[in-house]
Amino acid sequence: MELFTLFISAVLINNIILTKYLGVCPFLGVSKSLKSAFGMSLAVIFVIFSSSIITYGIYYKVLVPYNMEYLDLITFILVIASLVQFVEMVIKKFSPPLYKALGVYLPLITTNCAVLGTALLNIREGYNFSQMIVNSIGVPIGFMLVMLIFATIRERLELATTVKHFKGNPISLITAAIMAMIMLGFAGVV
Amino acid sequence: MKKIELIKSGIIKENPVFVMFLGTCPILATTNSLTNAVGMTAAFTVVLIITNTIISAMRKIVPDQIRIPVYIVVIATAVKFCEMMLNAYALPVYESLGVFLALIVVNCIVLGRAEAFASKNTVTDSFMDAIGVSIGFGISLIAMSAFREILGTGELQLKSLFDSEKIVFQISMFKNYGASFFTSGAGAFLSFGLLAGLFNIYKNKPVKKDTKKKGQVK
Repeated sequence: MELFTLFISAVLINNIILTKYLGVCPFLGVSKSLKSAFGMSLAVIFVIFSSSIITYGIYYKVLVPYNMEYLDLITFILVIASLVQFVEMVIKKFSPPLYKALGVYLPLITTNCAVLGTALLNIREGYNFSQMIVNSIGVPIGFMLVMLIFATIRERLELATTVKHFKGNPISLITAAIMAMIMLGFAGVV
Repeated sequence: MKKIELIKSGIIKENPVFVMFLGTCPILATTNSLTNAVGMTAAFTVVLIITNTIISAMRKIVPDQIRIPVYIVVIATAVKFCEMMLNAYALPVYESLGVFLALIVVNCIVLGRAEAFASKNTVTDSFMDAIGVSIGFGISLIAMSAFREILGTGELQLKSLFDSEKIVFQISMFKNYGASFFTSGAGAFLSFGLLAGLFNIYKNKPVKKDTKKKGQVK
C-alpha cells in the first residue's frame, strides 16, 4: 500500500516536470508534435529505469563501502552517458525506423536533468530497494503523461491566434502554468 | 572592443534564458526567492568560467570523437568542486539549492557553451564569453526572482549567502497582500512565460516604440 502511494505521488503529485521542475528542456523542445513526444517519453522511461537501478547499485555497493561518496556526480553522469549510447546502438541495430524517428533526441537524454535528478533523489531521499524501483517507474510515467497531454495541447496552440510577442515558448509556458495548477489539485488524493 | 561585444551578446542577443530557453529547470526551481537566485548565479558563474577556460585550453589535445565525454567529465568535476566549496563555506546556499546544484552538470547552457564556443575559440575569448553568458543568466534569474518574490510575498529581501540569519537588505511594499501563488510551482511557469514575452517585446523594439520602456523594467 505504501508503495502504491509512492507510485501515485511520483506520477501525479510530485510530477517530475510540473512540480519538481526537472526535464523542462525536452518538455519545451520535443513537445511540438505528439509523435516525437511519445518516442522521447519511451526512451526516457527505459533510460531512467535502468540508470536508476545501476547508479543505486554502484552507490551502495561500490562508493559507500570505499568512502568515495564524493565521486557520485562523476560516476552517475558517466553511467547515464554510456547507457544512452548503449540504447542508441541497440535501437540502431534492431529497429532502424525507430532510430530515425527519435533522431537527435536520443543523445539529448544524457543532458536531461530528469534522469540525473531521479538518480540523485533516489539516494538523497534514502529510499530502500523496492521504493527506489517503484519511484523510478513512477517518475518517467509521470513524465510521459505530462508530455503527451502537453503535446496535444500544443498542436492546437500552434493554430490559435496569440499576441505576436508571446507566440511559441512564452504562451506554452503559460499553458504549462495552468497544467501545474491542475496538478496541485491532486495533492488531496494521497 | 571585440571582447566587450562578446560579453554584450551573451546578455541580450543570445540571452541563454529568455531567448534560447536553455537550462530551464534551475530557472523555474531556484527563483522562488532572491537569495536562491543569487546563490544559483554565483555557483553557475564559477562553474561556467572554470569549464569554458579548461575546455578551450585543451581543445587541441582532445580528439574529436570523444570530446563530449571529456567535456562532461570536466563539467562534473567543476560542479562537484563548487558543491563541496559551498558545503564547506556557504551552507545556507548548499541547503536551499539542494539537488539543483548537482544538476548544473546537465545544464544545457554549460555543455552548449563548451560545444559551441569554447571548443573553437581562444582561452581569453572563452573566458569573456563565460562572463557574458553568466551575466545574462544572472540578470534573467534575478529579474525573475524579484518579480516572483515581490508579487508573492509583497517584499524583497536578500539574505547573506554565508549566514541565513543575516539580512543584507529588505524592502517592504505591500507585505500583507502577497499572492503566494507566484512563489509556488504554477506561478513559476506563469512568471517565466510572462517575462519571456515581455523580453521579446524589448528585443524586437523597432516594432513598437512605447512598449520599450515596459520591457526594460522587467
